[in-house]
Amino acid sequence: MSFLQVQGLGKRYGDAVALEDVDLSVHAGSRTAIVGRSGSGKTTLLRIVAGFESADSGRILLDGRPLVDGPGVVPAHRRGIGYVPQDGALFPHLSIADNIGFGLERGDAGRRSRILELLDAVELDPQMLERRPHELSGGQQQRVALARALARKPALMLLDEPFSALDTGLRDSLRRTVARVLCEAGIATILVTHDQAEALSFADQVAVMREGRLTQVGSPQELYRRPRDRETAAFLGDAIILPADVDNGWASCSLGRLAVTAGSRRGAAEIMLRPEQLRLVVDDRDTAPNVAEGAAEGWGRVIDVEFGGSVCKVAVALGNVPGQRNPLLLRHSSLDLPRIGSRVRIHVEGEAHLFDTPLR
Amino acid sequence: MPLAFIVWITIQTGWDTMVELVFRRRVGELLANTLLLVLLTLPLSILVAVTLAWLTERSDLPGRRFWAWLAVAPLAVPAFVHSYAWVTVAPGLHGLAAAVLVSVLAYSPFLYLPVAAQLRRLDPTMEDVAASLGHGPWRVFLTVVLPQLRLAVCGGSLLIGLHLLAEYGLYVMIQFDTFTTAIVDQFQSAYNGPAANMLAGVLVLLCMGLMGGEVLLRGQERYARVGSGAARRAAPAELGRATLPCLLIPLLFAALSLGVPLLTLGRWLSIGGSRIWQGADIGGAILQTVGLALAGGLLTTLAAAPMAWLSVRAPGRLQRVLEACHYYVGSLPGVVVALALVTITVRVALPLYQTVGTVLLAYLLLFLPRALVGLRASLAQAPVELERAAMALGRTPLQAVRQITFRLAAPGAAASMAMVALGITNELTATLMLAPSGTRTLATEFWSLTSEIDYAGAAPYAVMMVAASLPMTILLHIQSKRAAGR
Repeated sequence: MSFLQVQGLGKRYGDAVALEDVDLSVHAGSRTAIVGRSGSGKTTLLRIVAGFESADSGRILLDGRPLVDGPGVVPAHRRGIGYVPQDGALFPHLSIADNIGFGLERGDAGRRSRILELLDAVELDPQMLERRPHELSGGQQQRVALARALARKPALMLLDEPFSALDTGLRDSLRRTVARVLCEAGIATILVTHDQAEALSFADQVAVMREGRLTQVGSPQELYRRPRDRETAAFLGDAIILPADVDNGWASCSLGRLAVTAGSRRGAAEIMLRPEQLRLVVDDRDTAPNVAEGAAEGWGRVIDVEFGGSVCKVAVALGNVPGQRNPLLLRHSSLDLPRIGSRVRIHVEGEAHLFDTPLR
Repeated sequence: MPLAFIVWITIQTGWDTMVELVFRRRVGELLANTLLLVLLTLPLSILVAVTLAWLTERSDLPGRRFWAWLAVAPLAVPAFVHSYAWVTVAPGLHGLAAAVLVSVLAYSPFLYLPVAAQLRRLDPTMEDVAASLGHGPWRVFLTVVLPQLRLAVCGGSLLIGLHLLAEYGLYVMIQFDTFTTAIVDQFQSAYNGPAANMLAGVLVLLCMGLMGGEVLLRGQERYARVGSGAARRAAPAELGRATLPCLLIPLLFAALSLGVPLLTLGRWLSIGGSRIWQGADIGGAILQTVGLALAGGLLTTLAAAPMAWLSVRAPGRLQRVLEACHYYVGSLPGVVVALALVTITVRVALPLYQTVGTVLLAYLLLFLPRALVGLRASLAQAPVELERAAMALGRTPLQAVRQITFRLAAPGAAASMAMVALGITNELTATLMLAPSGTRTLATEFWSLTSEIDYAGAAPYAVMMVAASLPMTILLHIQSKRAAGR
């Protein structure tokens, strides 16, 4: 039984469609990430769930209770849903303690201890309580914003790109803290982000949003390995997409003969590989390498090397396909980088992914 | 300087005389009147301004932009024209209640402008968060929105308070005695130096009290938006069935603050017919006003230039203090400045007494802040890097300043000169007290005609003053919109 159910949600701004027929379910205590480019409608969806905006059509149920059902809408302040916005939106006129305690009753005897408890949960120093928001760093502000949203023990927490304004290192540590705190509290969470790496590492369930629609929903592994189409594949990480001839569970392409995931289709199709499935081996023999018929292997010549620290990029023009326009972009460890012009073999590991959608 | 003058006069007068002059019943009455006026007008103005600002900025009131203009428009009507209109409409109107009514109508735009700008600037996400923390709309407004309007309310209230203390014409017309009216009376009737001066001293203390109070209330807090990211535009609140009653609020305000003056002026103009437009009086007054205004504008802008240059190009602690001094002088009531100049010219430089020079000096002191604000902004348009670039291209420093900085700053300097000139056009108190006999400006002519109860004859002058105030009003409105980033 899912905890939050979104059914057939639609929203327009004038002529522009913001959301169209969105269905989503979130299990109790789970973490969901909605990922999409800016303007894809993901924030609108979050704001409708929070109750800050109204939907044109559709229903939202929280724990069986309707929040949005046609004209019947529960206002935001009666939903008991926590919300952390992009920049924290701490109240600048209140101290940190008052910010965190904003949702708690003023005269409550346990207020102070609850504030301290929350501050501790988000790993902040109690000395900060009397400070003002502008005296805190960006990461600290986000921690306070999280503590403030946790104060009322919401059943559902909505995070609207809360890490996007932070530096990379800070972002990772804060994301881990947030995941841990929410997991310990057993609060179902929806994270909205445009950062696919963040979505994949944070969530149990990832939903990809494009032009107001959820194009695919599933576990991070499933989405990464088996995206439905080219756009989703490219959005979730670097993808190598090759034309292939598919027959009976095998695809023949410029990288040899590869096993494919879904086996029923035949004929011309596109397959996808992730760069980490390809391995480069320098092979500087004068003659063209003799690739065994049916091996999962191709060969080519290095035309460009881009040093990038631990992981470098190597561009390879495939040798056995004269018509190949774009060179393959492969990752390679910065140790024993091939030189430009050297001949390489490319081994493929694992299965190639065959797109469901027909070839365009 | 006026402050030093007050101290000096006190010493001259002697302690005993001063005590005798200050601690008497008349002063007590004036003090009570003035304080009551301030204490009643300010809360009412805040209420009116916040209501109007919320309706025009945050609700789906039909014709919001139009109402926003109407809420600012009363500024174009000089305060004493406001009371002239009200006295015409309701001749029995006088005393405290009338003073408060007219003051609220004439001055609440000074609060509306900053409050509306601040409302536009507030991050609506904060209100969303407060709602998600279980606070209903009303509580969100009270606990999140209102506290963040504090700076705007403080600043606007200070401005109104200073105007209340300094205004002369408005209160004379509705027969309400404040310190300022008493000082001018005293000065005109008896030319009794010490008595007027002592009253002026108390008035200065009141002004400083007001400014000190504002600093205390404002506190040391920073209300800037925390964090980055683009602020969304707040979704307008749906008024629903309340739309009609809500529409009545700006309508009523506009009717009282604009309808009354405009109708009155229209009526007097039609009663007066062509008679009131004839004669050399008007032409002469216009010429003299324009002459004084242009000279004053030029002088003030020139005087403000060094300070503006310093505060933009070499900002520092000393410069900030100096700049603050400039502003404080400008916030002193015109009557105090005029009185100080009268005393000084009479005692030290008699040949200067009642000359155009003294009037211009008074204008300079009164309108320095206006010129400073405009000049600063225009100088900031010409960053020092441009000058350096010009020098790198072979210009001498003087050439660079002339060819680059002056060019870029010129429009702003012209604008600030115009603003000063327009302010001078409507200045009454200092002009009345300082101008050489025979000087007739629009404001003084209007004043002498209304004193003779020739309301119809005064109407053309009022119309011209309103026309002269319009550019300033429009500029203020546009600036406040730009300040909020729209």
